[in-house]
Amino acid sequence: MPDEKVVPEEPERWSTWTGRARGWMLKRLPPDRLLPEDQPSYVASWIYVFGMGAIASLVFVIGSGIVLALNGPAWYHVSALGHFVNSAHLWSVELLFLTMVVHLWGKYWMAAWRGGRALTWMTGAISFFASIGAAFTGYLVQTNFDSQWIAFEAKDALNAVGIGAWFSVTDLGQLLTWHIVLMPLAVGAIVALHVLLVRVHGVVPPIDAAESDAQLGGSAAVTVAEEPPTAPRPVTESAAAAEPALVAHQEVAR
Amino acid sequence: MSAFMGSRRRDDLASRPWTGRKRHYDLFKELTVGTLVIGIAVVALSAVFGSPDDRGMTLATWAKAAPADFVATATAELGRTSDSATYGPPYTRTQGASQTLGPIDLQSFSGVRIPIDTANDFVIRPLASVPTAQSAVALWRAAGTAQQTSWTDAYTKALAKAPGGSPTGVAAGPYGPVPALTGTLLGMARSGSLDGVIRSEGGFAGLDVTRPTLFLGDGAYFNDLAATLHLSGDQWGVMNETGDYPGQSWLWLFSLWYQIPAIGGAPNADVLAVGLIGLLSIALVLVPFIPGLRTLPRLIPIHRLVWRDYYAKRGTALRSRPRAALDDA
Repeated sequence: MPDEKVVPEEPERWSTWTGRARGWMLKRLPPDRLLPEDQPSYVASWIYVFGMGAIASLVFVIGSGIVLALNGPAWYHVSALGHFVNSAHLWSVELLFLTMVVHLWGKYWMAAWRGGRALTWMTGAISFFASIGAAFTGYLVQTNFDSQWIAFEAKDALNAVGIGAWFSVTDLGQLLTWHIVLMPLAVGAIVALHVLLVRVHGVVPPIDAAESDAQLGGSAAVTVAEEPPTAPRPVTESAAAAEPALVAHQEVAR
Repeated sequence: MSAFMGSRRRDDLASRPWTGRKRHYDLFKELTVGTLVIGIAVVALSAVFGSPDDRGMTLATWAKAAPADFVATATAELGRTSDSATYGPPYTRTQGASQTLGPIDLQSFSGVRIPIDTANDFVIRPLASVPTAQSAVALWRAAGTAQQTSWTDAYTKALAKAPGGSPTGVAAGPYGPVPALTGTLLGMARSGSLDGVIRSEGGFAGLDVTRPTLFLGDGAYFNDLAATLHLSGDQWGVMNETGDYPGQSWLWLFSLWYQIPAIGGAPNADVLAVGLIGLLSIALVLVPFIPGLRTLPRLIPIHRLVWRDYYAKRGTALRSRPRAALDDA
């Protein structure tokens, strides 16, 4: 029977910029990693829900924001429906920050930057600050007493560091551009990059995870099951082949 | 410890794709369920709590509610002694008004990019279109700066001595056209026309509200109302909003600096607060590279709670496997 093993295409096959870009992307993020149907066994905690909760909140922030933007910044003052949509915008933002902050703290205590995931952490932190900027401009375009006062107070901080001359918090036209166009683009782009990086690198394993752990199939787990892990023991493909039980165990576990 | 820096090492378990046990996972299902749950929460919170919407303050509401404060402020604008008149960049050229950090003066870097002349922008130009104010405006414009300052100083002191600061209780004195100017401006503000005139100075569309905002802020009424609504800087006002709503609670750390007397009371409080929050923000982004911060999660084992299921089953799975399989291994 002929060997039907799929041979990966050689990099030399990509002769155009487009082809090379496709090859680069497919190498780092193949479809089964982009849209996986399984996750490592340790991905079993409520803390993982909050990242998705932040994205779900962002869906409602953007949705309610689009409705408000289409009707103009003063619509919600005179319309009951507008006021409800404004309330939905406010509460989805509150939920976005609640879930994002829990997600951030969770990832900190998980030291989620390990294993080449520093950029994932950094994009997450930057998306947090971009969201603060988006929320801040949102509070400034409320066209009510709150926005008046925030503008009056915030101008001092921005002027003191030389930003206020160009980013004027008392210029509603400028602020609407920031809040409706620039900040959503910034948040959307950085969140998308963050999510893609999560998919590229996968979910970070537990801090003390070691090759000897049962869930990795390490034989040392039989003898030191409840003991603290020993030094990591590299497992290569050849090592896995030499340990049929390890492979079989993984098959069963799936 | 290099694994804690976020760098990639081939022999590091965290750097390689997970080869161990896996569990079923449906990304789209989780996203759908998450969106539904958040959607229900958003609708419920919106229906039950709504959102705050206290009407904005206008020059008209201020003039009607606190005429004495309005006239005192207008006099300060005319005499160019108000906070806005002496603000410095980007509004005025006032020497020494910038907040600095040692020799660093970022505030002056932009120059006067949004020029504000409080006497002309807030008082004289709006009154120039009022027929009954023409002679007072002409008298003011014909006088020299020293004369103008003398009139406004005298009227400011007289207002301070009058009962309740009321212009009607001011004794006769050398005030020149100042009482007529401020009195007419008060009437104009009460009628509502001053809001439109000053706002239009920022352009036909009236979207730039810098001038009316600064004018309002120079008065006591605007600031007092904000304090009543727990919005002032020493009340953690940076993160509060009107009513009993969470506000921008994520700004708590920025607001915190203003509550520390050594910072909040400093003449360059804003530079210090923005500088500190800027440094801390950079630190948060660079946590994977900062010794101590990056190792804290290992030292304080909160991760044991997150992965308690994993740690609980670290050795049990293989132990329960058939002995034969282990022997084969």
